[in-house]
Amino acid sequence: MKKILPLLFCFLLAGIACYPILFLLTGSLMADTELSSLLGPVLKGSKGYASFRLLPMMPTLKHYAGLLLDSPEFFVMFWNSVKLTAGILAGQVLVGIPAAWGFAKYRFPLKKAVFTLYILLMMMPFQVTMLSNYLVLDRLHLLNTHAGIILPAAFSTFPVFIMYRFFCGVPGSILEAAQIDGAGPLQIFLHIGLPLGSAGVVSAVVLSFLEYWNLIEQPLTFLQDKRLWPLSLYLPNISLDRAGIAFTASVTALFPAVLIFLSGQDYLEQGIIASAIKE
Amino acid sequence: MKKRQMTGILFVLPSLIGVCIFVLIPFLDVIRRSFLEAVNSRWVGIQNYLTVFTNPAFLLAGKNTLRFVGICIPLLIVLSLSIAAFLNRQAAGGILKTCFLLPMAIPVASVVLLWRVLFHNSGLLNHLLHSLGYAGTDWMNTGFAFWILVISYLWRNLGYNIVLWMAGLSSIPVSLYEAARVDGAGSFQCFLKITMPGLMPTLFTISVLSLLNSFKVFREGYLVAGDYPHESMYLLQHLFNNWFRDLSLDKMAAGAVTCAAVIFALVLILKKSWGGEED
Repeated sequence: MKKILPLLFCFLLAGIACYPILFLLTGSLMADTELSSLLGPVLKGSKGYASFRLLPMMPTLKHYAGLLLDSPEFFVMFWNSVKLTAGILAGQVLVGIPAAWGFAKYRFPLKKAVFTLYILLMMMPFQVTMLSNYLVLDRLHLLNTHAGIILPAAFSTFPVFIMYRFFCGVPGSILEAAQIDGAGPLQIFLHIGLPLGSAGVVSAVVLSFLEYWNLIEQPLTFLQDKRLWPLSLYLPNISLDRAGIAFTASVTALFPAVLIFLSGQDYLEQGIIASAIKE
Repeated sequence: MKKRQMTGILFVLPSLIGVCIFVLIPFLDVIRRSFLEAVNSRWVGIQNYLTVFTNPAFLLAGKNTLRFVGICIPLLIVLSLSIAAFLNRQAAGGILKTCFLLPMAIPVASVVLLWRVLFHNSGLLNHLLHSLGYAGTDWMNTGFAFWILVISYLWRNLGYNIVLWMAGLSSIPVSLYEAARVDGAGSFQCFLKITMPGLMPTLFTISVLSLLNSFKVFREGYLVAGDYPHESMYLLQHLFNNWFRDLSLDKMAAGAVTCAAVIFALVLILKKSWGGEED
């Protein structure tokens, strides 16, 4: 009996935490008339207070159809988001995996110092590196291009750190055995390290996906041309009198992230733990 | 140099070159610029730093940021630890953990819509207060704006910390509790004498990571309130953004170097708590 109250409290809190998803889904299924009668005071400044329902009175897919058929700019933004995220993740995996392996399984001069530098860089918020980022993109003529967003992020040191933690768990005895059997460093990396550390790679990819699908600061600062903007910048700019479209577009942006979250939750948790706690 | 060392360096090299080009070298340039005048690159010593430290906007943003961090982090830590301790040996723990973690996956841009409807002058929150007989407030344009930022931060980061706490809790052997029970200790005593000491290392890491994650709350603030929000939520991140737009490169450089130095110190402490053994 003593435990019922805190449990109820936890469920209430968890419900509040997840409510935004229900709110967006419900809104996206409401007809324009229902939306404007409920949210009129916020959207159009009419009298009274806004209200909302848990579920729509008359669910309709009209806004989804509208978004798919009549909003060419939405497709451009969605495609931009996909392009940026895919490019960044591909770069991080390609460059990051070997680096993590090198840090985890080899000794070389200055390794400690370089690794500390990596940790330091992964902790820097965007605003601190904004100016340096701008200077290098300007020098390389990458301002206002997608490559200017992808390249610096591809060399982010955060995924290296996560994968490093997992590679450290690969037992050295297996590697020595393989070496005695005549396997070269590249073979050992590809056939032993990579399969045994794959959970780390997936964790890093899941964490990165959630981060870069959500990209705000970099495109806002470095992309002047709005046609290059990702979805995350387009959404807040939909004017509120197109509430139906705003809801639907929000759900569409949410969908891939929640899908990745639900299918990769175990890896996500492992990644979070690896980011903080040394085994 | 031994061949084995060379192999290690080769694994790390592609990543390191990228990091040098896109982050390290430009940041060294920023340090140099922080001692120069923006327009004609004349050496001015620490003049830029003095300008920044006496700048009223910097003082306001710095004060708000400290206040934000000082309130959010203790709140987040206490809340997440209580929930984690409760969920740890609970049948519904898994599903609740998922619910708390889910906000991490929700793109900021998707939430903006809900924030607007919720906190608008005639929005949902004021509707609720009104029907309970209280007068509403203009949340976004008064000191409450700060608290909206606090709630956004708690909402997004609660799950992350719960996962970390639960990992820390599960590493405390159950046999310790059993032995204490046999000796007649109550659950509160167990918490005080076994759980708390067992969690001390985790506490430190979680505090530093929460601090670093707190920089990301800017996204919510920016997307809801724009460049110049209510002054209670004008954070360092807003200031950097505005400096960047005004091309105050000298102030930005000095500000970035100062922030980087603070984070550098934090990371060194964090590394020490990890045990500092990276080889």
